[in-house]
Amino acid sequence: MANPITDADVRHVAQLSRLKLSDEQIAEYTQQLGRVLGYIDKLSELDVDGVEPMAHALDMSNVLREDVPVEGMPVDKALATAPAADPPFFKVPKVLGEGSGA
Amino acid sequence: MQPEFESLVTLKKAIAEKKLSAVNAVTAYLERIGQHDESIHAFNELYGDYAMQRAAQVDAGQITGKLAGVPIAIKDNLCTPYGHTTCSSKMLANFKAPYMATAVGKLEAEGAIIIGKTNLDEFAMGSSTENSAFGMTKNPWDTTRVPGGSSGGSAAAMAADFAAATLGSDTGGSIRQPAALCGVCGLKPTYGKVSRFGLVAFASSLDQIGPFTRSVEDAALLMDVICGHDPRDSTSANLPASDHTLELHKPIENLRIGIAKQYMAEGNDPAVTKAVEDAIEVYKSMGATIVEVDLPHTEYGIPVYYIVATAEASSNLARYDGVHYGHRTEKPEDLYDLYAASRAEGFGDEVKRRIMLGTYALCSGYYDAYYNRALKVRRLIKQDFDKAYEQCDAILCPTTTGVAFKAGDKTDDPLAMYLNDVYTVNANLAGIPGITIPAGLSDDGLPVSIQLYGNAYEDAKLLRIAQMYQSATSHHTLRPKLG
Repeated sequence: MANPITDADVRHVAQLSRLKLSDEQIAEYTQQLGRVLGYIDKLSELDVDGVEPMAHALDMSNVLREDVPVEGMPVDKALATAPAADPPFFKVPKVLGEGSGA
Repeated sequence: MQPEFESLVTLKKAIAEKKLSAVNAVTAYLERIGQHDESIHAFNELYGDYAMQRAAQVDAGQITGKLAGVPIAIKDNLCTPYGHTTCSSKMLANFKAPYMATAVGKLEAEGAIIIGKTNLDEFAMGSSTENSAFGMTKNPWDTTRVPGGSSGGSAAAMAADFAAATLGSDTGGSIRQPAALCGVCGLKPTYGKVSRFGLVAFASSLDQIGPFTRSVEDAALLMDVICGHDPRDSTSANLPASDHTLELHKPIENLRIGIAKQYMAEGNDPAVTKAVEDAIEVYKSMGATIVEVDLPHTEYGIPVYYIVATAEASSNLARYDGVHYGHRTEKPEDLYDLYAASRAEGFGDEVKRRIMLGTYALCSGYYDAYYNRALKVRRLIKQDFDKAYEQCDAILCPTTTGVAFKAGDKTDDPLAMYLNDVYTVNANLAGIPGITIPAGLSDDGLPVSIQLYGNAYEDAKLLRIAQMYQSATSHHTLRPKLG
């Protein structure tokens, strides 16, 4: 069977997934994901016309609570888990080029 | 080992009656861990000082409750405001959670003592713990073999008596499969019975926290403590908390046990087949009727699971962006590189593989062919169970096709590893409870188990049915000899 997924597909998916991969990794994942997708193709054997998709095991939707304010997590506690912070902000490296404005 | 340590129930009783101090109980477990965990590697982190301090408070009468003084270990994907919560990933190697998982908080509120966090496949993705970034856990019955996964550390810790009970999480079999391979009890409750708040998310529509224990009775006691609605988890079922211990020892009258041919495949290890056949005889001798049920979509469980679970994972794991928490790359070239390099460095191979598979399944153009089709087949799998439970009270089947496999045997073949979950994933897809209980040893001296599936929200009934088997057998008292 032809591999259902190509190097270019995997490159695209890696980009969407925000994963920086080497060419060797792309080749390896193409081969491995191809095998898994080949197995998953088993699902096309079934006639699923008219079957309602089931996204969740519990039959519930729009779970709401009383609209009363509750205390959230203090900013310093939330920032304590960040790789870098400058309270009350998360700190990131410069992401815009010279002169590109903000 | 002293008789007090036979089970959680005996230990709790000995401490409550002051025949054993909590300090002595904690000390005994910590010594055992110190002696043997170097060869097992069940733990990622121990809380020795904290545990001793809590134990002293129990002995002084300052901490009370149903589990006062009982040492419990938890899977390292459950958040605690002390220590680290790593998910056995480089991504979270230094992560300290700012809050407490509800299930763990409930244990502590009843006086339990959390003694440490156990190893797992990175982000609970795997069936052997070989995907841990901190090294695999070994099976206490044979250290050349895997303990199963993803909650392999919790299963091994239970088997090795490193705690009176442990908690794990089960997304596609991650409690029941390692319980089977390590010869202990493992329960995946009905989806929504136990709050997922503070459980690091893998696949939110499938994840469920549950206990590893020596006996069914211990599991029932822990379920009484950890179950119940939680406003902080909108998917936790808004039902009154149920009682799993009250009628545990009362056998079910006119019990009907379902057997599905789809689970009795020729490829099963003969020891596994025999365990199920022996269990049928046990139930028959107790007056149960054996009913043949049909679960025709069983074989589609694995393909559905590996679409649904990875699609949800790809979304859940988008939060690891190198900004809010977790690993950040040293010198990013730009914003895209900050994300992509941080994630590439922080995640291991299997996690990357699943994120990409899930992203692919959700891509426009493939969404209908993969994700939407998988959700429809998930419905068919659920309907199979609904029909079966019109005819029976529980379904008896194997947990795994065989006994614990050798380390390294399946690491090069992701698909072979995925097929480990063939008898467990459908419970997660349908949301029903499943319990694994020890059923003796193979000719090679490795644990063999049986599994029972119950109907949704009938966890208490499922435990009663499991207890009937344990009241007639002694397999659950077998323990490995540690080197």
